[in-house]
Formats: sequence, structure tokens, C-alpha cells
Amino acid sequence: MEGIYFDNNATTRVDPAVVEAMLPYFTEQFGNPSSMHSFGNKVGLAIKKARMQVQELLGAEHDSEIIFTSCGTESDSTALISALKAQPERKEIITTTVEHPAILTLCTWLEKDGYKVHLLKVDGKGRLDMAEYKKLLTDQVAVVSVMWANNETGTFFPVVEMAELANAAGAMFHTDAVQAVGKVPLNLKDTKIDMLSVSGHKLHAPKGIGVLYLKRGTRFRPLLRGGHQERGRRAGTENTTSIVGLGKAAEMAMEAMHHENTEVARLRDKLEAGILAKVPRSFVTGDPSNRLPNTSNIAFEFIEGEAILLLLNKFGIAASSGSACTSGSLEPSHVMRAMGIPYTAAHGTVRFSLSRYSTEAEVDRVIAVVPEIIAQLRKLSPYWEGDGPAAEPEKAFAPTYA
Amino acid sequence: MWDYSDKVKEHFFEPRNAGVLEGANGVGDVGSISCGDALRLMLKVEPETDIILDAHFQTFGCGSAIASSSALTEMIKGKTLDEALKVSNQDIADYLDGLPPEKMHCSVMGREALQAAVANYRGEEWSDDHEEGALVCKCFAIDAVMIEDTIRANNLSSVQDVTNYTKAGGGCSSCHEGIEEILVKVMSERGESFNPGAQPKEEAPKGGMTNLQRIKKIEAVLESVRPQLKRDGGDIELLDVDGKTIYVSMTGACAGCQMEALTLQGIQQKLMEELKEFIKIVPTKAGALSRASCQP
Repeated sequence: MEGIYFDNNATTRVDPAVVEAMLPYFTEQFGNPSSMHSFGNKVGLAIKKARMQVQELLGAEHDSEIIFTSCGTESDSTALISALKAQPERKEIITTTVEHPAILTLCTWLEKDGYKVHLLKVDGKGRLDMAEYKKLLTDQVAVVSVMWANNETGTFFPVVEMAELANAAGAMFHTDAVQAVGKVPLNLKDTKIDMLSVSGHKLHAPKGIGVLYLKRGTRFRPLLRGGHQERGRRAGTENTTSIVGLGKAAEMAMEAMHHENTEVARLRDKLEAGILAKVPRSFVTGDPSNRLPNTSNIAFEFIEGEAILLLLNKFGIAASSGSACTSGSLEPSHVMRAMGIPYTAAHGTVRFSLSRYSTEAEVDRVIAVVPEIIAQLRKLSPYWEGDGPAAEPEKAFAPTYA
Repeated sequence: MWDYSDKVKEHFFEPRNAGVLEGANGVGDVGSISCGDALRLMLKVEPETDIILDAHFQTFGCGSAIASSSALTEMIKGKTLDEALKVSNQDIADYLDGLPPEKMHCSVMGREALQAAVANYRGEEWSDDHEEGALVCKCFAIDAVMIEDTIRANNLSSVQDVTNYTKAGGGCSSCHEGIEEILVKVMSERGESFNPGAQPKEEAPKGGMTNLQRIKKIEAVLESVRPQLKRDGGDIELLDVDGKTIYVSMTGACAGCQMEALTLQGIQQKLMEELKEFIKIVPTKAGALSRASCQP
């Protein structure tokens, strides 16, 4: 049996049609797009086409607003560092507690250089406090960076509205949209979003290709300097094959947009309802009424996520967990902690993320397997007794030290 | 995905002795749900002989925590309490054919649950102020708390010092930025600032032993692993001790064996535990050392 891949927020399979579009650019179309001869020229035209395909997916006004990079992380770093370099008089950054490490780790590093970083808190459903945001938006803020959708819970943030507010305060607005691009329709030309990060491998393009959307007129300071590639905004020879692949993947995501938001969402809802109905003491994290169509994050109380993943893997099912153990750290996911999910549940969160390749049969299989796995692990847990949690679990278990 | 050994997988997928043990007369609880790891070890001890008749566990934790618990119960059944207490966390890891460095704390927890359960049976108080921090050095599984405490206790001021005292940073060196950050923090507490060019301290402490005592201890450790090596048709010989470098020669089937580096690493670990100081074991064959010192 082929495995069931429900970990599409981690990465996706490259669509065979994308691979097919890429192949000629490894061999016969190997030229450097910067070259004068015809070897290079054709490649240059292919990149131009890909740029327009991405422009279309993002709803950008101009194709020159699309800058190809190596990954989402590069796009994030380029955006934030550019905003700080371009406005040296502004020393503050606003972001959220639930960002991806590509933003959070960068911000921690920037703090050492004297920048002030404000982390917006979220409530139990992962929603931001807009009043707090408005209060922090002063003329000291260089850039606001808020993700479009959270990678763990799928919860959307009101980035369009937040960009308006940032714009009014004279601050730049960046959004890490790697989870949203290709899954929900975007129309950047009608927003005040200055910069947006895309990652190819999240939408069935290969790994190692990303995009920084840069609205025309936004002041910019390149991170990588050198040649004139990408109009001098991102030096370094273009990853031509992957750019072509991302263009094709963008086109296909546009075509599948309706399917993603109807059929994929239906399968996700079925999966979620099926599991919740059969597993006691489990609940959905994040904001179920306002999230990506493909993502479901379920907390299973009193057991640990890595153990769940190992058993799922035994059944050929791939998913992710916010548990500490999967990352080798001691703390469970910062997203779960930011939402105030109790430790009894935070260690046992599992993220199922579907794609347009997911099928009804796969969903049925996962619904059949998960309850057994959870029951099996709860039998091992000192916090569980029979059919429910041990009475007062924290007291039932009395460690000599904690 | 963790690179778990087949043995770890086996004990995780089919844990031995899981669940409540009726009539247990020694119970040890360690960890907590907030740490993501909690283990309860239950023993049934025969009062006349102190022999562990049965051992069960309940564990909230990851794959290696469950496997470590399962392995521990298998290892101690039939042993007397005193024999059982000789089981070290390294023994648990060895029983499972090794654990990834990030997961060594699972075996430590097993060892602690054992101490707690024995103390409980004997009516003693067992406490451990042991605290774990974020993993800094992945080559040798050294965490931030350990590094901080060592810097504080010994007034250390260079990365090299930290490597000498804790081993952290002695392998692939990618954690040196992290170690420098800890140095900056701890040194500022004592009103100093970190200087990357500072000279390391002369020598690591020797644990208050004379040279002769040290060498005898080293010999004893080598003696203890010798039967195992001989079983595989090999042997080890002590050639020289120069400060904290211990020169050995691997002979017989051990020489050039693919597992040589791993074997040496294990011996080095045992030596460090016994001598309570950082040492480096150097096989005389050139090239083997680099493999011995970094097995991420």
C-alpha cells in the first residue's frame, strides 16, 4: 500500500506536470539567461513566463514585483532586513508570538543589534488583539511582519486590514504567506501589503525556490548583492529549472483553487469530525471558523505527539506534531503555548494537512486507525485510567522532582 | 525523523511490562507532564532477598521514553536492588543499541525512576535537583543548564574552557555561537565581558587524584570493558596518559573495525564518568580520533 501523506504543510509532492515542464531546462535549455546568445535567450523567456504565472497567482499588479529567491526563509530575511536598512531612523519591529522561526529567530538576532521587537499575543483560538496592535503602531516602527496563515493551526490573520493600519502609520508591512499562497485566492494589487514571502515546495513546486513579492514603490535594499539578476534586487544566477517549475505550479494552483476550497475543505472537515467523534478528550486547536481549507490540528490529551506519529507511521500515515520531542527541544510548540493550550494537551497535538491529491479513501482509513492508536498510548500513560484521565491527573502522579 | 535503532522501535511498538503492577511495593515517579516526559516505575520486591520479582512501567512520552522504560524493566527483573542500582543510563542506552543525543535524557529518566522506586521501597527520601536545559552540543548531548552551571562553578571564560570541562563544542563546532552566548550571559553576571581571544585555563581539574590513582582507575575501566572486546575477538591496551589525553591501542579484531569509533566513544564516556573530568581517548592509529570525537 502506498502511504497516506497528510503532511502537506511541511512540504508537498512535486506535480508530475511541473517536473515535465522543468526537464528541458536541465539539458537542452541549459543557457544562462544573462547571456547574449540564443542559448540564454530562450531561458530568459521561460523565466519571464514563470514570473507572469506567479504574478497571476498573487494578484500582483506588475510582473516586476516578483523577485525569485531560494526559499521562504530567504524572502523573510530579505524583507525584514531591507525594511530596517531602508529606514534607519525607525528601530522597531512588530510581529506575533506565533510566527515561523524564519521570522522569530531572525528577530531575536536583530534585537542584539539594538532593534526593539514587539510580539503580538494571541488568544486561545490564536487570534490577535487588534487594539494592542494599534497601540504599538508608532512612527518608530520600521516594519510589521505577520503571517497570512499559521502553519500549525491554519488560522488566518487579518493581514489586509493590518497592512492598511501599518500603511497609515508610515510603517512597511510584510507577510509570510508560505502556507496561504496556492491555497486561498490572493489579490495583492488591492492591498497595502508591501512585501510577501512565497515558498515553492508548499504548492507542489520543488524545494529550493521562493519568491519575495515587492510592491512597486516600496523602498528596498537587497540582501544578496552582485550581478544584475532580478533587476539587481537578488544577485546570483537564477535557479532556472525551479523558477520554471514554480511558474507551472502557480498556474496549476490557480486552476485547483476552487477544488482546494470546496473538496479539500470537505475532506478535512470529514476527517476532523470523524476523529473527534471517536476519540474522547480530543479537541481542535486554533480558530476552526477561520483557517486554511486543508489544515486540521487536533490535540489528544494525556499522550505525547511523537509516540502518536511513530504509530501512525507504522500504518503508513504521515502527519506532524507540536510536541517537544519531535524537535528535540524540551518545550512543546510555541504556537500551542502562545494560545494557552495546557501542557496536558500541547504535547499531544497532531497536525493533519491535506492536499488536492488527498482522497476520500485515505480520510476513511485515517479515521479508522487514529482511535486505536490513541487508546493504545493512553493505556501506557500514567495520567490515564480506564476510560478517562486519572482523577486529578497532576495529583495522581507525584514525582519526587519535576 | 529520528534515527532510532531497531531495538528502540521494537521496545516502543511492543513495550514489555507496560501498565499498572498490582501489589507493587516500590513506586518511583519522575518527570512531569509539562516537561513532556513522565515515567512511573513499579517494583515488586521480595523482602527477604531484595530481589525484584516484577517490574512494570507507565510512561507519558515519546518513542524513546517508552522504549527506555520498557528496556529498564527487562534489565532489572530478577536482580537484587543493589544490583539493579548499578544499571546506569548508559547501560539502558546500550541495551537499546544507542539513542540519538537529543534523546539520552530518556535513559537518564529511566535511571532516576529506578533510584526513586528503590528509595520508595526502602522508605527513604529521594530527591534530585537535576535540571535540564535546551540541548546545545549535539555531538555530546550537553545542555545549556549544564554549560551555564559549569561556567559559573569554575569561572570559565572561553569556549575552549567549556569544551575542556563539559566536552560541549568539542565535536563539529557548530554550537560555538551558542556557547559564546552563554559565556556572555554568565560572565556579565560576574561583571566581566566575554573576550573571544582569551586564553583558556591551563588544565581541567583532576578530581583530586594523584597520577597513580588516576592511572589505576583508567586501568580498571579498561579492564571492565575488556571481556566484551575479547568476546568480539579484540583487545585494548593503555599506552600512555598525558594530562587529559589517554593513548590506547586497539588490537585484534578491534583494530580498524567499523565500530571502533563507537566503541572508543563508549569507553571514553565511561572513563569520564569514573574520573569525573573531561578526558580524550586517542587511538594510536591516525584518523580514528576524529571519528571518535564526533558521532552526532
